Amino acid sequence: MGHKHQTGLKVRLAARGLDGVTLLIIPSLLLMIGLFIYPFLYGLWLSFHPKDGSFLGNYARFFADPFLYETINKTLWIAMPATLINILFAVPVAFRVRLMQNQRWLTTLLVLPITLGTVLVAEGMLNYLGPQGWFNRTIMLLGLTAGPVKLVHNYWGVMLSLIITGFPFTFLLILSYVTGIDPALENAGKTLGARATSRFRHIFLPLLIPGLAITFCLSFVQAFSVFPSAVLLGAPAGPTRVISIAAYQAAFEEYDYSMASSIAMIMGFVQLGIVVAVLAVRGLFYRGPAVGGKG
Amino acid sequence: MNQLHILGRRLWIFSVWSLVTFFIVNLLAMIATVITSSTATRWLRSWLPDAYTFKWYLSAWSEFQLDDVLVTTFQVVFAVVALSGLFGVPAAYAMARRDFPGKNIAMLLFLLPMLVPPVTFGIPLATVLYQTGLGGTMAGVILANLVPTVPFVILVMIPFIEQIDPKIESAARVFGASTFQLFWRILLPLLLPGMLAALLLVLVRTIAMFELTFLTSGPTSQTLVVALYYAVFAAGVRAVQSIDAMAVIYMAITVIWLIIALRFVNPAQIVTRAKQQPSAH
Amino acid sequence: MSKDHSAFRSLRLEQVGRVFGAHNALKNLNLEIQRGEFVALLGPSGCGKSTALNCIAGLLTTSSGSIWLDDRRIDVLDAEERGFGMVFQNYALFPHMSVRQNIGFGLKMRDVPKAEIAKRVDQALATVRLESQADKLPGQLSGGQQQRVAIARAIVIEPPLVLMDEPLSNLDAKLRLEMRQEIRRIHAGLGSVTIYVTHDQDEALSLADRIVVLRDGEIRQVGTPEDLYMRPAKLDVADFMGFRNRINGRVAQQSGDQVVLDIGGVHVQGQARETITGPIAVASLRPDDLVAVAASEAGAFSALVEAIEYRGRDFFGSARLPDQTEVFFRSHHRLNAGEPVHLMADKSKLLIFNQEA
Repeated sequence: MGHKHQTGLKVRLAARGLDGVTLLIIPSLLLMIGLFIYPFLYGLWLSFHPKDGSFLGNYARFFADPFLYETINKTLWIAMPATLINILFAVPVAFRVRLMQNQRWLTTLLVLPITLGTVLVAEGMLNYLGPQGWFNRTIMLLGLTAGPVKLVHNYWGVMLSLIITGFPFTFLLILSYVTGIDPALENAGKTLGARATSRFRHIFLPLLIPGLAITFCLSFVQAFSVFPSAVLLGAPAGPTRVISIAAYQAAFEEYDYSMASSIAMIMGFVQLGIVVAVLAVRGLFYRGPAVGGKG
Repeated sequence: MNQLHILGRRLWIFSVWSLVTFFIVNLLAMIATVITSSTATRWLRSWLPDAYTFKWYLSAWSEFQLDDVLVTTFQVVFAVVALSGLFGVPAAYAMARRDFPGKNIAMLLFLLPMLVPPVTFGIPLATVLYQTGLGGTMAGVILANLVPTVPFVILVMIPFIEQIDPKIESAARVFGASTFQLFWRILLPLLLPGMLAALLLVLVRTIAMFELTFLTSGPTSQTLVVALYYAVFAAGVRAVQSIDAMAVIYMAITVIWLIIALRFVNPAQIVTRAKQQPSAH
Repeated sequence: MSKDHSAFRSLRLEQVGRVFGAHNALKNLNLEIQRGEFVALLGPSGCGKSTALNCIAGLLTTSSGSIWLDDRRIDVLDAEERGFGMVFQNYALFPHMSVRQNIGFGLKMRDVPKAEIAKRVDQALATVRLESQADKLPGQLSGGQQQRVAIARAIVIEPPLVLMDEPLSNLDAKLRLEMRQEIRRIHAGLGSVTIYVTHDQDEALSLADRIVVLRDGEIRQVGTPEDLYMRPAKLDVADFMGFRNRINGRVAQQSGDQVVLDIGGVHVQGQARETITGPIAVASLRPDDLVAVAASEAGAFSALVEAIEYRGRDFFGSARLPDQTEVFFRSHHRLNAGEPVHLMADKSKLLIFNQEA
């Protein structure tokens, strides 16, 4: 009986898609559970077990200490405008670039700052945007300002670095959404008498909203967790003391892992809150495929 | 009316391209600054340095112990590339070929590490690694870097595997290929181009991955980008030119691999391939 | 119906050309279309028919020549200023708008008052018989329904010209037949010009008042469906219209347009569609008009049957003449492969052309 039962089970499992091939997923799954889910849950647990022993001690401390809770505002104050600026500039550029025959050289150039990463961009900006750098020399030469403009070691340094690395990222994402819209829809709009602005407003924009929402979320969470440039290009003790600096200091300067976990959790939940809000708004719009007709 | 439209359109196109040009000019000028500075004898209060030299490369090499750092960097990077392939490709194969209960949850599990920024999950991860004694070791750095790269490989490989006709595998079975032969003779050659692209992208991303390595590395397990961060952070201790020389070395390594990668992938894929997935309903 | 194009009498294409890089997609196209006509642009893929349509619509700029609506030059206008209705191959319905919004889009762009939009959209919905689907999204409709929405969207603006780019190619065979009648009916009701691009000769024959056959970016023949079906002017047009048989023969006798060809000793007479210049010419014939007969009949080709298949009323087959030319024929009874057969050409249907260069 055992044999017959086993075959039956195997066949039944295979019918539900569970067989040898499916098992290939297990190592990766375990890896992700061990290195992502477990640390996250452990961090959550740890955040409720602060050094002083009280359940909500860390969170109470965070929201009582302006030096800590203000990091949320400071981070939002950098991340929100940076994300919006990037999207606002990326959309028109993507609409021009979609018409180009050969986009490769441009995309290659734009991928450069992403690949080089924030640390290198920070070092480059310190030189380039510094008081003796080429940028300030040029605008003084053109007579735009009398003296050098302070662009590093303050709010603007962090903002500019988020634009230099964030704009290409936002742009490439939006470009992929824009090129995903069936060009026949634009032609249909043209033959029906819609001018460029109407085509954008009535055809492209509604179809882009879901993509823009995703782009906003991804760009925002990157900007919200800004770290190296806030330290290197900003004023990490003042206006650019962002939330990841607070978490880092708790963990690696005070060795208070419980507090650090709490801050990381707060960071995660703020991001999650914004993402959920944006996706909820997205849910109000059309979300189907962006092609007119069958396949 | 019509004239006005044409003028408006031209003006709009002109401003959009001006914006792009402004961005790219500044970007290239920024990179040029670093390169110029790294070869300057003295560069203060002038457009260009007084004279040029390569001595900063030598001093950077010894001051920052770049030989050690580079060896560590490549050990970490190649380990991450190999392990991501070993973990990711079979999982992608299962995801592409089978529908099983809980597949959506598995997909979500692979998407999350790519969507949550590294700093956010890096701090709890570093905490766990330090608790288990892996914190600060090279093994810890490699494990931490696998968190975003394994899902990346899976997400890049799934559409690639889906476009390989499963009938090819069935045909090989019909002609009597064993599982091993099937894998070695049929699947591997078919998967190779996709794996090459995915792993090259992992390589480029891992060289540039700052946050996770920074949070989990110790003095002996620093990669180049983390060493660069500490050098910039402690600016003033060393000559600017020396730091810039290190930055140029870092840039050269990244760009060489980027150029190699771009022979096999579309540049936009570095950002979009994996990120597009969540939008595909 | 509406005032702005009641005056319109004809559409003229003068020497219209379009170049893509080094490729001449369209060469010196001259064509005049009268109001009320249904014209099909017919040809194999890559013949330039879609290029021509897109140039008329304004979706492609012309490289040379001009397009006129009476005495108004329109090739200098943007597509959105031309006011033509266009039906696309994949329908190109706006996926985020309801059927009603899709159809009303063109009117909305023209700032037509809301009440009138509603009224005219209702009329258009009735014309394409989709009243019950008005508030659905295009994704919820079948292919045939989507096609009707696309047509309604194009005609509701009462355009002087309706352009259709292979509108039926994504539908299944049965629906295609239904939609043909529908399109013909809608065209008759509009009284405007319809230009219809297709690669399907059946579609062109059944729909159009006039057919323009294109090949390699050039007009090969313009004529009524009967003209094209019975009297193709060129060998390649004949080929495209179903004259599958091409048999080379020596010109034996010529008087007026009647030519006698000597094909391996058999003399056949046919009508020359062009001035025969060489000693060798081509007899062109539909398989329908080459019939298997009893051996005793004079003037028949003898051939060896290669393959035969039953197609309902008759058998159709292929055979080889002694000189190895492959021919296609019709037979009232079953034949076997390898069997000799005698084939009689219907001389009233046989056309003679020059050999292709």
